[in-house]
Parts: sequence; C-alpha cells; structure tokens
Amino acid sequence: MEGAKAMKRLVAGAAALAAAGLGVARWAASHRRVPSAAKDPLESSRWLGITINRPPDEVAPAGHLPEPLARVDAEVRMNRAPGDRGTEIYARPREHRAGADAVLARLRGEDPRTTVRTALRETKSLLETGDVLRSDEEIATTRPTLPGKVLDMALGRAAEGGRL
Amino acid sequence: MKALCWQGVNELSVEQVPDPAILNAQDAIVKVTASTTCGSDLHLLGGYIPAMRAGDVIGHEFIGEIVDVGPEVSRHRPGDRVVVCSIIGCGRCWACRHDEWSLCENSNPKPGVTDLMWGGTTAGIFGYSHAMGGFRGSHAEYIRVPFVDYNAFTVPEGVSDLDALFASDAAPTGWMGAELGGVRPGDVVAVWGCGGVGQMAARAALLLGAERVIAIDRYPERLAMAARHVGCEVIDYTSTDVTAELRERTGGRGPDVCVEAVGMEADSTGIQRVYDGIKQQLRLEQDRPIAVREAIHACRKGGSVFVLGVFAGFVDKFPLGALMNKGLTLRGAQQHGQRYIPKLLDLIAKGDLKPSYLATHTMTLDEGPKGYDMFKHKKDGCVRAVFRPWA
Ligand SMILES: NC(=O)c1ccc[n+]([C@@H]2O[C@H](COP(=O)([O-])OP(=O)(O)OC[C@H]3O[C@@H](n4cnc5c(N)ncnc54)[C@H](O)[C@@H]3O)[C@@H](O)[C@H]2O)c1
Ligand SMILES: [Zn+2]
Ligand SMILES: [Zn+2]
Repeated sequence: MEGAKAMKRLVAGAAALAAAGLGVARWAASHRRVPSAAKDPLESSRWLGITINRPPDEVAPAGHLPEPLARVDAEVRMNRAPGDRGTEIYARPREHRAGADAVLARLRGEDPRTTVRTALRETKSLLETGDVLRSDEEIATTRPTLPGKVLDMALGRAAEGGRL
Repeated sequence: MKALCWQGVNELSVEQVPDPAILNAQDAIVKVTASTTCGSDLHLLGGYIPAMRAGDVIGHEFIGEIVDVGPEVSRHRPGDRVVVCSIIGCGRCWACRHDEWSLCENSNPKPGVTDLMWGGTTAGIFGYSHAMGGFRGSHAEYIRVPFVDYNAFTVPEGVSDLDALFASDAAPTGWMGAELGGVRPGDVVAVWGCGGVGQMAARAALLLGAERVIAIDRYPERLAMAARHVGCEVIDYTSTDVTAELRERTGGRGPDVCVEAVGMEADSTGIQRVYDGIKQQLRLEQDRPIAVREAIHACRKGGSVFVLGVFAGFVDKFPLGALMNKGLTLRGAQQHGQRYIPKLLDLIAKGDLKPSYLATHTMTLDEGPKGYDMFKHKKDGCVRAVFRPWA
C-alpha cells in the first residue's frame, strides 16, 4: 500500500503534465482506471524486507549491522533466505507515523520509511557489488522546463518509493 | 559533445550536451562508433513509455571503443573495441547470477518507479526514460557504461562493426525469444513482426533446430528480407487470415512456439486495430496487444508464446480462456543479453549469423531526426538506421 499511495502522488503530479503530452501522464492517467486494492491496515508498521545475495555471516559479520543500515534509526532483523537466495533482511523505523502526519512527512521528504527503504537498497547494492550506482541525471542534459519540474517532483518521490 | 535528444512526443533534435563522466569506480566511458534505432525507441517517440524528459539522450543498441575506465574496472582497458548490452546488469545480484540480467536488482538508481508500476524493480536501460534509471543513451559521441566488466564484450577481430552492433540488442533479444520460448529440433515456429528483432528471432529458431519457421509482417521488403537472409517462410498479414494460413501450413496443429516481436503499437487490417486504437487514444487501454492475441489463438495446444515486443501497462480483451484451456505457456522479458552475447559473437565469427544486413541506412548523428522519420514510417525500405557519430 505504500506503493499505491506513492502511485497516487505520482498520478497527482503527473496529471498536470497531461497537456504537455508526456508519456508518464498518459501512463498514469490510464492506470487510474484500475481498481485499487483495500488499504493495508498495517501500512505504517510493516517490516520492509530485502534479500541480499550473500550468506548471513557476510551480511552481518559478528552480528555487526552493515552500513548504511547501521546508521538508520530502525529495528532490524535478519535470517537466512530459503534456497540459495542469501539473506533476508528486514527493517522498520522505530518512529511510527500514521495518517496525515505520515503524508506530510513524505511530502517534506522526511518519511522515516523512505529513509529505511533507501538504506536497505543501498546496503544490498554495497554488499553485492561494492558500490551504489549513480544516475547520469547528475550531469543534467535536461532543460529546466516547468512541466519538467513537476515531473521531477513526482518522480523524485516515486524513485525512492516502491513496494519494498 | 553532440547527442540526439528526445524533446517531446515525435520530436527529436541534435544538441550539444555535457560530456559523460565516470560516476562510479566500475564505470567506463565508451566512444560510440555505431548506434542504431530500435523498435523500442518508437514507443518512446510515440509517448507510450512514462517518465521521459525534454533533453533526454536516446539510443541503446551500440558499439564503441573504451576510452576511460574507473579504478575498479578489471576486465577492460582503453582501446578495447566493445559491444555493450542495451540492458545494464550488476553481475552479482541473484537475478544476474541466474542469467536473468534484465531483472537486475542493482542497476536502476530509480527503482521505485518500476516497483510501483509492475510490483518489482527491473534493470537500468540506456536511453530509456527515468523509470529505467535515467541513463543517457548511445546516440551520442560518448556514453558512460556502468558495471562495464559485466556489460561490455570485446569484439573478436574479424567481426565487423555492423555485425557486432546488433549483438547489443536485436540479436540477443531474438535469441532469447526462441530459446526461452522453448524451441526444440523439429519444431514449427511462427514469428510476428519482421523488424530487426523478429528477423533475429526467426534466425535463432532455425539455428536452434526448428524444422520450419514462418515470419509474419505487412511490408513486402521486410518479408523478402526475412525470406532471403533468414531463410524462412513468410506471411503477409494484410493479404490473408494469419491463423487460418498457419493452421493450413501445420497439419491443423498450429505452431509449436509463437514469438511476438511487434509490441504495444501493433497494427492490424481488421476491427481490432480500430478497437484498440480508440481505447488507447481515450487512455482506456495502454497498449495494443493485437499480435499477442493472434499468437495465443494460433499456437498449438500445449505450445508456448514468448512476448518480445515491449508493453508498459494494461491490455484489453486478453484471451485468457484460450491460454488456459489450450494449456499454453506464456512468457516475456526484456532481453538477458549478457547471457547470449558471447555465443552470438561466436556465431557471427563463424558466419552462421550475419545481422549487418539489417542496417539498411547508415548516416551521421546529425541526420538522427531524419533517420527516425525513415525508421518510424518504414520509408525507403528502412529496417534499421545506423548512426556513426565519428564518420
Ligand atoms: N524484449 C526486449 O528486450 C526487446 C528488445 C528490443 C526490442 N524489443 C521490442 O521488440 C519489438 C520489435 O522491435 P523492432 O526493432 O523489430 O521494431 P520494428 O518497428 O522495426 O518492427 C516491428 C514490426 O512489426 C510489424 N507488425 C505490426 N503489427 C503487426 C501484426 N499485427 N502482425 C505482424 N507484424 C506486425 C511491423 O510492420 C514491423 O515490421 C518492439 O516492441 C520493441 O520494443 C524488445
Ligand atoms: Zn532495443
Ligand atoms: Zn544484478
């Protein structure tokens, strides 16, 4: 449901772009017609889980949490993943926010769940590849148009979001 | 440097953009020597792929020369002539280790977008929107290649630039459709679409031992090309009923494996084109699955259908009843190129595969907008336009 919420935000931002004919607006506009599932009653307290393709003793040698997860204010647990899949690692913020409070925090970019989600993804990438891939967007070729700015806002949030 | 940029729906222009830079220690900078149009770019041009921004550099099927490497690159060095897979893999996540490279879990710095759209993150792709990572494309003088040890392959001496070029995307995509579609010796295989991807799928099916391969399209020059270079049978879908024709050519069974290489902008002579066209325009449907529907109907009982054509969202009138009751297997994927490129380069070196014939038009990067106009509208028999930034 985290995803559905973020999707709605993406749709809201993207709807403004419909006139500009950008693909994201088209995609989002037709997506809106898909019935959404019931709201997740556990939305703000669910564990965020990710699977790392490394054995548990490499993910947390001598019980030490890997960076950058270690720096986040979160409860963390982990276990060996089924089969040959490595290690399942779960985290959730110690600080729970719900309702309007959570929405506002997310809009301000201060959602603790987003912070945990990003930390999980970066921890996985560091352990598996030794690095966190950066996007070419850092060297912009894009012209700063107004629709572009709206899209940036919508995408900026969505990119950190996701089901995870 | 110079690059071909997306500016809006059906709008491209050549611009001066900043040079790429090494942003991660496992990156390389590649000087692009040839880069080609792909059917997937037409979906970007048409505005069917979300998250494009004015100024984005497009292009993803390319070869070039490594000119700079990050400090943690070990398998390549400046001077290497390489073909680069259009899809970026990290080489070490569970998906990459299991040769499902387009499902890589570490190569898309914007994972939230595909996670939300599809319920799972997918790999980064060069020049293919901010949903696929915001990587700059290859229709440019230079390009940054992340995780280059895993994504670039040295081209053997004796393999020409234009043959190696299509080992980046069209050839591995076609190979994947035939292989993961389950083609076995003695099979009858039908392929929808005679663009670069469909022709490569048809050729792969023959090399995997198919006894008969039948390719379907409407453009006489593409059908003639498939007959001549692939060595397969063809059907012009505007002059006949494809399903009836396939039944008549296969003892009433239908093809064992059906490969769809058309995608979300599929065309038809019948009422379906009108139905899907209107729904797509009204945003009631995102993609036009005309060839997928036909493939499912035509496929023999117990057979398999592989969707190579790109789809982004939801489709209508999906023949789930036929799929279920005929016991079909349906699969699809963005290409797992890293799994096939070494083998394809071998096949090219041995002369079993010669994809360079797909390059019907070679031009400079400045002619990019004209190249896409020809490719999109199939003008002058254009199958692929190839840009040579340094020619
Ligand atoms: N899965 C992947 O990784 C991957 C990689 C590359 C390309 N693609 C996709 O493969 C598809 C084909 O790419 P391409 O470069 O060959 O494009 P292309 O535009 O050159 O070829 C598509 C062909 O399909 C034909 N066609 C349209 N409607 C048809 C129908 N109803 N029946 C039969 N043929 C029909 C067209 O006439 C055209 O010749 C595109 O959707 C592209 O996005 C997928
Ligand atoms: Zn492509
Ligand atoms: Zn990977």
